[in-house]
Amino acid sequence: MVKKKQEDAYQEFIKGLWRDNPVFVQVLGMCPMLAVTNSAVNALAMGGATFFVLVASSFLVSSLKSWIPKQVRISTYIIIIATFVTVTDFTLEALVPVIHKELGAFIPLIVANCMILGRQEAFASRNTVKMAVIDALGMASGFLFALFALGSVREILGEGALFGVPLFGADFEPWVIMILPPGGFLTLGLLLLFFNWVKERKDRLAERLAEGELS
Amino acid sequence: MSGKPELSLKGSEPSSTRLVATLGFAGLLSGLIIVSVFEATLPTITAYKAKVLKEAVFTVLPGVSGMQRLTYRDGHMIPAVGDEEEEDVVFGGYDADGELIGYAVPSAGPGFQDTIRLLYGYLPQERKVVGMEILQSRETPGLGDKIYKDAAFVANFSALSIDPEIVTVKKGARSALNEVDAITGATISSKAVVQIINRGNQRWVPRFSGAETPSKPTPSGGG
Repeated sequence: MVKKKQEDAYQEFIKGLWRDNPVFVQVLGMCPMLAVTNSAVNALAMGGATFFVLVASSFLVSSLKSWIPKQVRISTYIIIIATFVTVTDFTLEALVPVIHKELGAFIPLIVANCMILGRQEAFASRNTVKMAVIDALGMASGFLFALFALGSVREILGEGALFGVPLFGADFEPWVIMILPPGGFLTLGLLLLFFNWVKERKDRLAERLAEGELS
Repeated sequence: MSGKPELSLKGSEPSSTRLVATLGFAGLLSGLIIVSVFEATLPTITAYKAKVLKEAVFTVLPGVSGMQRLTYRDGHMIPAVGDEEEEDVVFGGYDADGELIGYAVPSAGPGFQDTIRLLYGYLPQERKVVGMEILQSRETPGLGDKIYKDAAFVANFSALSIDPEIVTVKKGARSALNEVDAITGATISSKAVVQIINRGNQRWVPRFSGAETPSKPTPSGGG
C-alpha cells in the first residue's frame, strides 16, 4: 500500500516533467515561453519565478479548498496567484535587479499564465495537499526544463554564447533571428516536432511489442 | 476528483454574504502580504536605483568627483530639496575644488518599442554632450539594444556639439561635430536617442546659460 502511494506520487511528478510537459505536450504558457527565452539566464529566472508561484499557489489552493465556495473559486485562485506573483516581482527586483530589468513586464504577466490557473482548477482544488504540491513540482520543473531548453538553444545560435560565455571564436556570425521573436517560434516548433517524434516512436515500439506478445 | 461540480452546487448554495466575505478576506490577506513585502524590499530597491543613477552620473561626466541634485527655480539653478518631479531635476557635477564642471541631464522619450530613459552629460561652457548612458530601454535584442551595447555608437556622444542641434547620419558618414553615426539596422532607435537628447537640451540649455549655479555641493544634497 505504501509502495503504491509512492508510485503514485512519482507518477504525478514525472507526469508534469515529461509525459504531460506543460510546454511540449500541453502547449500552455506560450507567452513567457516565447518572450523571455532569448537567453539561458532569462529563461532560468522566468522558470524559477513561475516555479515558486505555481508550487506556492497549489499548496495554498489545496489547503484552502474546503473553504472556497465553488462560485468564486476562479477569482480566489487569481487573487492567490497574483499575490505570489507580486511578492516574486518585488523580491526579484530587490535581490537580482539586473535580471529583473531584463524580464521587465513578463514577471507580472505570470498571473495570466494559463498553466498555473489550469493546475489549480484541474488538480490542486481536487486533491490532497501533498499530491497538489507534487503535481505542482512536476509541472513547474517541466516548465523550467522547457524554458531552459529553448533559451539555451536560442542563446547559443543567436549570440554564440551560453550564460554569456562565448562558445565559438570571433568568426562566428550570430544568427540574430534566433533571439528575435521569430527565432522563438522556430525553435519551439522544432522542439515540439522532436518531442512528438520521440513520443510516436515510443508508442509504435509499444504497439509492436504488444503484437509480438499476441502472436 | 469531484466529477460533476454542478451537482454539488445545487446541494449547498452558499449565501452571497459568504461569497463576498470569502473574496473580501482573500483580498485583505493578499493586500497585507503585498504591502509587507513591498515595505521590506523598498529600501533595497531604492538604494539600488540611486546607486545606478549615481554611477551613471560619474560615467557621463568624466572627471567629476562630486555631484548634487539641482532644480531650476525663478531663473536660478538651486539644490533640489527632494520633492521635485523627476523631470525637473538634473545632476550638477563638480571637480575636487567644488567647481561646477557640467550637468548630467535625465531625459526620456519614445523608442522603437517602449520609452527610452537615458542620462547624458553636458558641459555648458563648451556647449557639448560628453557622455550618454541608457537607463531603461526595451529596444529589440540584437538590433536596437546596440544603443547601449555597441561601444562605437555610445562613443558618438563623447564630444558632441549641440549646435544647431544633434542629427543622425548614415553609419560612416559622420563629418561634423554635431553628427551621430546611426546604427545599421536600428535607425529608429538611434534617432530616438538623439531626439531624446535634443529634447533635454531644449528644456535645459536655456536654463543653464541664464542661470547662476551654486558652486559648492551642499553636504546634504550630495546624493
